[in-house]
Amino acid sequence: MSMQNINFTLNGQAVSADIEPHRNLVELLQRFDLFGARESCGQGLCGCCTVLVDDKAVSGCLYFATWVDGKSVTTVESLDANGALSIVQQAFIDCGAFQCGFCTPGFVLMVHQLLKEHPNPSDDDIVHYLSGNLCRCAAYPEIIEAVKVAAKR
Amino acid sequence: MKQVGRDIPRLEVRAKVTGRAEYVYNLRLPGMLYAKIARSTVPHGRIRSIDTRAAKAVAGVHRVVTGEDIRKLIAEPYFGPAFHDQPILALDKVHHVGEPVAAVLAGDPHVAERAAQLIEVEYDELPAVYDEVAAMQPDIVVHDMLKPAGTFADLKHLKGRTNTNIALDYHLRRGDVDAAMGRASRVVAHTFKTQQCLHLPFEPFVSVAEPGDGTLTIHTSSQTPSFVRTEIARLFGWPENRVRVKVPYLGGGFGAKVYVKLEALVAALSMLVRRPVKLALTMEEQFYMITKHPTTFRIKSGVDQDGKVVARACEVFWNGGAYADIGPRVTQKSGFTAPGPYDIDNISIDSYSLYTNRTPAGALRGFGIPQLVWAYESHTDLIARELGIDPVEFRRKNILREGRPQASGTAMQDAAIAEVLDTIAARMNWSAPFDRGSGTIRRGRGVAIGFKASISPTTSVAIVNVAADGSTTLYTSTVDMGQGSDTAFAQMVAEVLDLDSEDVRIVHPDTDVTPYDMGTLGSRSLFHMGNAVRLAAEDARTKLRALAAEAGLPEGTNYPPAEIFKKRYGMQAGNVIGTASFVPTYKSPDAQTGLSDNVTPFWMIGGSGVEVEVDTETGAVRVTKLVNAADCGKPINPGVARTQLSGAAIMQLGFTLSEDMKLDGGQVTNASLADYKIPGIRDIPPMQNELVEAEQRSGPFGAKGLGESGTFGVSPAIANAIHDAVGVRITALPITAEAVLRALRAQAGQPLEDE
Repeated sequence: MSMQNINFTLNGQAVSADIEPHRNLVELLQRFDLFGARESCGQGLCGCCTVLVDDKAVSGCLYFATWVDGKSVTTVESLDANGALSIVQQAFIDCGAFQCGFCTPGFVLMVHQLLKEHPNPSDDDIVHYLSGNLCRCAAYPEIIEAVKVAAKR
Repeated sequence: MKQVGRDIPRLEVRAKVTGRAEYVYNLRLPGMLYAKIARSTVPHGRIRSIDTRAAKAVAGVHRVVTGEDIRKLIAEPYFGPAFHDQPILALDKVHHVGEPVAAVLAGDPHVAERAAQLIEVEYDELPAVYDEVAAMQPDIVVHDMLKPAGTFADLKHLKGRTNTNIALDYHLRRGDVDAAMGRASRVVAHTFKTQQCLHLPFEPFVSVAEPGDGTLTIHTSSQTPSFVRTEIARLFGWPENRVRVKVPYLGGGFGAKVYVKLEALVAALSMLVRRPVKLALTMEEQFYMITKHPTTFRIKSGVDQDGKVVARACEVFWNGGAYADIGPRVTQKSGFTAPGPYDIDNISIDSYSLYTNRTPAGALRGFGIPQLVWAYESHTDLIARELGIDPVEFRRKNILREGRPQASGTAMQDAAIAEVLDTIAARMNWSAPFDRGSGTIRRGRGVAIGFKASISPTTSVAIVNVAADGSTTLYTSTVDMGQGSDTAFAQMVAEVLDLDSEDVRIVHPDTDVTPYDMGTLGSRSLFHMGNAVRLAAEDARTKLRALAAEAGLPEGTNYPPAEIFKKRYGMQAGNVIGTASFVPTYKSPDAQTGLSDNVTPFWMIGGSGVEVEVDTETGAVRVTKLVNAADCGKPINPGVARTQLSGAAIMQLGFTLSEDMKLDGGQVTNASLADYKIPGIRDIPPMQNELVEAEQRSGPFGAKGLGESGTFGVSPAIANAIHDAVGVRITALPITAEAVLRALRAQAGQPLEDE
């Protein structure tokens, strides 16, 4: 299948890639050795593949790689780029808001978007924003707590 | 500083919140091929032909492999922990929809997937059996002959048996049930059922095999690396030391990733093509791997005038699906707890593990216990209602007290059953008046408690390595899948060697390096491996003292290890290696009576109390309060322990209210997260999770396992609360709004039409 050349910003760096049009964004990121966005359900329902494209959360498993051409892509790996964890990441640790950790990057990125748009989220806001992320270990009570802790900080 | 009992974050938290934790999901190796599986489309049939020509013709396909190709490499390509009944790829017959029939290898997984869809298989279809009670009759026989693995003494008599679907029948007889039922003032009987559901770890099954020079390395998302090594070596006829199994973090396990799953297939494929091979399942494919047993449980009790249960007869039918997996062990090792945590003199248990033409069933967070508790705690509640006794009082009157023999004859020791029940009742304000609602919203409450034995006897080995600078590393084959075993063991090592837990490094399972462990399953690790870790750390401490004596350091002084090494070897050099193994004592149940006075090294106790609101117009049930309590011994890390309790209870909430694999002609019709609904953030009720501190005297630092205990009571507590609210009894899981509405309409004499 024919390759398509795309240029985009990845975690602040200008990059380019040759990629077939059927590949999704998760596969594209793996070529850059970024594994924080993970394909799990393959249907955009679990949120494990959450990536920010132009600061908006998308499901990487349903998002064609070529669509990021000319756009800015942010993955979980960017959050501690300066060596320090983000407030949200630290709050997840302090509240024990994960177990196996497979869904955690997706939740962390979604909470970043939530707090950007609602710095003091209500319980309804939290549940609304996170209803597209699933956690099979069911750390939900701790995740809700972590969002509140992060919002206070 | 005291390390055991500290609430520290798990060791791997930073790797997990940054997305950098290592999973097999991430692994790519040079020259690696991707495998995709062509699966059976029929539930039961003889393979007439497999046409792989179209698949081979796809550009980029490296090889197409069938069962016959595997048979050329491995003469007897069958595996399984209890029965060697599962072929690596189907041979001659298929036994369930989704069974692997052929595999395609390609450098690009999309190519392999497309080619796999082009494989044409013709079958002579056979009639299929799906129901566990129907499978008791040999009208339709799933396997032509039974092939027990030989590892388990109690399966030997089944070898070569034909014309049956019964993979194990376990029978227990205690006292005289018939006579006691005859004398009882009341005899109560019910039948309860559970549905087929499954683990669905978010990192679906994934394994990579990498052939070497007369060796094979398997990177796998497995809870049982040591077992995988033994079983792969057996299949190839190799010594164990030629097989290396490595396991990083797991993206969830819950009992799915135990024994051999994809490992035999990737091992065989990689040996055939002499290249690394990766096989990663999709979420949909997980519905054809391993599930939780559907069950039918007929339970009957005789009760005397004073509300004491004097006899109980239990018949449990476990629907094991097409391959036995660990089902026969579930049937026996959970089977003997079927009468519940009650002090009953006359008991009979008949527990049957059955083959059917469904996806195989194995262990799922509780090893069969949640299915049993569902039945005996629903039944217990119904008896209390019939007698007009408060359900908590009725339980108090009948529960097993410390020192009393359980059905098997093993005495209850360090089992805080009464304390768990009391804690739940207290948190539920059970003695306070309760508002049962009015109009179309009715309220109710219920409790349930359960218990579990640990799988026994099983072995764990640990190595503690103190380096010349005093830094310490622990080597175990226990798998941390989020339950926090790495952290708990680090705390134990640190406690013994006077270190900070955070400074202890854990080497993850690598069977070339880490010693044997039976498996990370059945809540066994904290107890079994915990004991081995503690002993290994103590061994290291003893050896450090000996080294100090050799170095001429005066006895009784607490020199830092780094100084001891320097003094002894003249520079920063040397190691001290502490080792220990742990295996508890055990006595097999008597072949005739099923009795043993030593069936388990420890007991797990868990229970729940719930309040619900039922909408009488729709049948919708809303859980408005969920209290979970478990005897956790003395917790090593209370924070992590509490999240285990909470996570287990929420998982069971899904198995109670929504999760249900639906079959049509053997085909799963809801094999996706869109149609098979697991709990999301909107489904979480207000919860309290209570660790009931007791002491497990034989456990490390008084601790015991609790990864499963939170599941025990949830389902029956909800059914009991619904009964309390609206007077109807749900006897089959899941408890959907439709099921409740049907029961309400039937009660009102206006039954809904059948589907």
